Amino acid sequence: MAQQPGPDKKTRRDLLAGGARLAGVVSVGSLLTALAKGSKSEPTVWQIDPEKCIHCEHCATECVVSPSAVKCVHSYAICGYCKLCFGLFLDKRTGNTITAENNRCPTDAIKRRYIEDPFYEMYIDESLCIGCAICVKGCNSFGNGSMNLQIRHDRCVNCNDCAIARVCPADAIMRVPVSRPYMIRTQPRG
Amino acid sequence: MLATAVLSVAIWAQEEQKRQPPPEFTSGYFPPTPTEPQPRLDTFAYVDVVLLIVVLSLTAWFLLRVRSRPMVRLLAIFSALYFGFYRLGCVCSVGSIQNVALALGDSNYALPLTVGAFFAIPLAFALFFGRVFCAAACPLGAIQDLVVLRPKQTSKTLDHILGVIPYLYLGLGVALAYTGAQFLICQFDPFISIYRLGGPQGVLLFGGAMLAIGTVIGRPYCRYLCPYSVLLRWASVLARWKVKITPGECLHCHLCADECPFGQIHPPTRFDPPTDLATARPRLIRSLIALPFLIVLFAWMGHALAPVVSRSHRDVALADRLWLEEKGRVRGTTEETDAFRAQALPNAEGYRRAVVARKRIDLAMTWLGVWFGIVIGGKLILLNVRRRREDYETDRSGCVGCARCYRSCPVEHERLGWITLE
Repeated sequence: MAQQPGPDKKTRRDLLAGGARLAGVVSVGSLLTALAKGSKSEPTVWQIDPEKCIHCEHCATECVVSPSAVKCVHSYAICGYCKLCFGLFLDKRTGNTITAENNRCPTDAIKRRYIEDPFYEMYIDESLCIGCAICVKGCNSFGNGSMNLQIRHDRCVNCNDCAIARVCPADAIMRVPVSRPYMIRTQPRG
Repeated sequence: MLATAVLSVAIWAQEEQKRQPPPEFTSGYFPPTPTEPQPRLDTFAYVDVVLLIVVLSLTAWFLLRVRSRPMVRLLAIFSALYFGFYRLGCVCSVGSIQNVALALGDSNYALPLTVGAFFAIPLAFALFFGRVFCAAACPLGAIQDLVVLRPKQTSKTLDHILGVIPYLYLGLGVALAYTGAQFLICQFDPFISIYRLGGPQGVLLFGGAMLAIGTVIGRPYCRYLCPYSVLLRWASVLARWKVKITPGECLHCHLCADECPFGQIHPPTRFDPPTDLATARPRLIRSLIALPFLIVLFAWMGHALAPVVSRSHRDVALADRLWLEEKGRVRGTTEETDAFRAQALPNAEGYRRAVVARKRIDLAMTWLGVWFGIVIGGKLILLNVRRRREDYETDRSGCVGCARCYRSCPVEHERLGWITLE
């Protein structure tokens, strides 16, 4: 029973454990300091790069938030204000009236407002938008590319592993620093 | 000739038609700027870290000092509600392993401070107080602990075999995150869909099954899958203060071992059947000799499997398809190859990226094999090593600190003044 320590006595094992604990704290701490890479280590959020996006409709279905946290965002500054907006109207349509058979948008989320002849302002009702990118395809195929999908951060729950990014065929969803959380186009598409 | 000319004029006209220069308005209208709702994360992430520290400290206090199961349970309910249902389970410490691995592998990815904190703080606490994170702060552990209704003891053999899985899962998760292939651990997190009240059907079913199994076999995810538990196990072996079942002298009544739903209480070694040294010693020597062979074997297997595994990487899959399309072996294109061409990059760039990815995956898979060898060989060795126990003790690395054993101990009942022992 000589090795049995008293309640207050430190055994060699305790001492070794203490040393190992210290080593553990120091190694985890230094690993993280090395990985933080200085000022770059800002929290990140997910965002869609409009230059890479191919408007494939996965954003509407893959997001863990329902309806999707991805919405169409309209960059008014580069919009052509077309009366016959390619995002609003189908190219094969029965007439130029805003009706279900002429509209691209399946949920009627694109609205327009008369500005002056012949210009109309298009705007998105985000409560209706499901992020299907059908209008984005229209605008980016025939128009200026002012309508683009963006992850809306009031809805995005910022999953550690974005479920849409996992399936995005264009690899267009990336981590961006939280201080610059949007990638809204400022130039018409190239 | 004429047809080509007409066609090119038509294409030119179409090109021209594509752009509409932004108009100059005469009515004094000015284009509005799109709204940019800001992420909530900014402040919340720091609140989360503070709350994590608070919950861990309180758990350590209630578990080791006050010895109160109801309070530990209350903290677990809080974590399930806050980290789970309110914060929707992201970022969690279990998933943060992958962020650390990605930051190691990808020089463009900097580990966010809050994610680093979620990775390191539970480990630091485990170095001093054991797995208090598992006890009440982990939303995945909390939900499982709350559904333990009719626990049955599992067989030791099963425990040993299934207990290897977390080590392998950790290796795989780290390897895939390091190569930038995917975040496997997040993708197959069984409980996040429950906290989000929705998700992919398969994962929801997996979560439901885990909870159903969890009513009988306590904390199945923690014990047989959780990759973070591996790191916590290592840290908690060194814990300065750990769960001491009895507040006084152990009566060797076995009640605590029956109470533990996770089979993590071991009887004193003198109750074990006597070990036959004549067979035990050669067995230990054999397993020691086997270790290097296992490492080499698994490393070779990892290397051999690398080409197959690399096909799951998006760069490699894209390059394979591009090659097939270029050689005309398949008809049509995929969304992926269309997107690649839309970037106006040469195919060679796609192939170059695939070669880079392949190399990384080959290296990662070989190291993964080394890891598998160490884990399986190490397990064989540890099966032959015995530690002497005088009394009933909790497993140094396996105890999750749920505090159930306290209330089973007659000595504890006496301490609380419920009974008097002779």
